[in-house]
Amino acid sequence: MESSENGPVSAHGHLPTDPELRVKALEEILVRKGLVEPAALDAIIDMYQNRVGPRNGARVVARAWSDQDFRTALLADATGAIAGMGYAGRQGEHITAVENTPDMHNIVVCTLCSCYPWPLLGIPPGWYKSDEYRARAVREPRKVLADFGVTLPEDKAVRVWDSTAEMRYIVIPERPPGSMGLDEEALAELVTRDSMIGTGLPMEPQF
Amino acid sequence: MTPGSEPAFDSPWHARAFALAVAENEADRLSWPDWTARLGATLRNCGLSQSLNGGDDYFLAWLDTLESMLVEEGRIERGEIEQVMAELAEAHEFALHEPRNVQHSVGSD
Repeated sequence: MESSENGPVSAHGHLPTDPELRVKALEEILVRKGLVEPAALDAIIDMYQNRVGPRNGARVVARAWSDQDFRTALLADATGAIAGMGYAGRQGEHITAVENTPDMHNIVVCTLCSCYPWPLLGIPPGWYKSDEYRARAVREPRKVLADFGVTLPEDKAVRVWDSTAEMRYIVIPERPPGSMGLDEEALAELVTRDSMIGTGLPMEPQF
Repeated sequence: MTPGSEPAFDSPWHARAFALAVAENEADRLSWPDWTARLGATLRNCGLSQSLNGGDDYFLAWLDTLESMLVEEGRIERGEIEQVMAELAEAHEFALHEPRNVQHSVGSD
């Protein structure tokens, strides 16, 4: 559907929409001034589009599930523990891991904007950046969880973590029943992005 | 597709706007705590009149924030963006009349 916000469609084809043109213009200006190189932008996009994503976080969780010493180290100093696995970089400087237990479920939000542990989870999904999630996760976390299809027992507490530029969080979900005997690689397959934000649970193994 | 495996960016311009701010940060011209404070303020202002869905509106706020900071710091002039937008739109219109290389001919001169 075309609207004035999406820009006009000329007889010749689709003109770039206003925000596309704005971004292109801004890039052009910064390139002309020698402040940025298009190749550097391409590299940043490639990194977050193709090389960094929730599979990194899933490997961390899988290791925490299968290696108690690593789990202890991760809970004590997540930034150091994940750097030891090769995951570091922007928005990963200060990460805290919080563990789900039979008594406690953790959920992560950024009420200010969209702070998120990029090296472990990549770029946050649209809903994480939406006003609705950012407002409701704090106010009514159980209802938000229900909207995501997660219903918790009444006696399980829910703790909400508000991310900032200084501190980001990853949830270590509970290891699913029936996953004993699986190796780290197979365990990582069970770990969804949402389970590391706290809005989902890991998948159960299919045999 | 497993949950969480959708593309990182819904539109190419989201990715480009994202990368421009990250590049400023990588060049040590923008501190990330300052950035999040400013982006948060923009989102709050935009969110007063409508509920933001975290898509185009989020990256528009991102772009507005970046433009404002660059203007305040004197790296770009106010009005410079509109001027270059007009140039690019004109180049695009021209390119649409050419049979080939529509994308490549934009801004290549």
